[in-house]
Amino acid sequence: MQEFIEWLKHPGLTHFLIISGVLFSLGVFAVLTRRNAIMVLMGIELILNAANVNFIAFSRYSTGTLDGQVIAIFVIILAAAEAAIALAIVLNIYQNFNTVNVDELNRLRD
Amino acid sequence: MELFTIIFYVFAVLTLGSAAIVVFSKNIVHAAFALLFSFFAVAGLYVLLMADFLAITQLLIYVGGILILVIFGVMLTNRVMSVDMKSGTVQTMPAVLLSAALAGTLVGMFWSTDWRVSPQSMPPTPTANELGNMLLTSYVLPFEIASVVLLVALIGAAMIARREKKA
Repeated sequence: MQEFIEWLKHPGLTHFLIISGVLFSLGVFAVLTRRNAIMVLMGIELILNAANVNFIAFSRYSTGTLDGQVIAIFVIILAAAEAAIALAIVLNIYQNFNTVNVDELNRLRD
Repeated sequence: MELFTIIFYVFAVLTLGSAAIVVFSKNIVHAAFALLFSFFAVAGLYVLLMADFLAITQLLIYVGGILILVIFGVMLTNRVMSVDMKSGTVQTMPAVLLSAALAGTLVGMFWSTDWRVSPQSMPPTPTANELGNMLLTSYVLPFEIASVVLLVALIGAAMIARREKKA
């Protein structure tokens, strides 16, 4: 117990990794349970953020180089592209079907 | 109690608490605004990890860009004036079990592994200069591909979202 409190007092690599692991699981939970397409997107953003925290934590504590941060920049770029495309698709679906419930969307045509 | 420890736990609680609100809130607008605080706190964690450029990028792109897009999406696809802003959950029990198992596995793995941590503690230095050099030397090909991807995404999003004229 004493060791655990001592461990809690000195945040290191493991602390950041645990935060990213829990954040990832919360994102997966949102993707699994939500039926609103935009909520599913928010879950995906949480997952991408968890991955980024992992990359940067390893870049800081393990390698000592900035390679992890460069990868994190690419993740952010792709997340921006993904969000723009996905929301355009969702808006189009809403215009055609008048719903964004992913369970009701099972046709590709009008 | 060091200052680093206190700030770390403030941002950690803010990150995970806001993410929990995003995941469990029934109101989709509340979820969108909780996502803002979650992104903000992750930027704080980046500062603690001495990634100053990444922290600012996170604020600009996630908080300033992606979140605005998400809120646009919420406003345009839900009937704002009526009360239909709810977003229910389905398959809650299997999803809870699966997510808890996933979290348990990940945290257990992170906890038990003896990570190789470099002993020297780097002094806090600005990273923007070094990142720019790396992007234009060792990572120049992914950098160019990412720029093409962004261009295609821009054109594609404009094409998809445009309202077609019925001929």
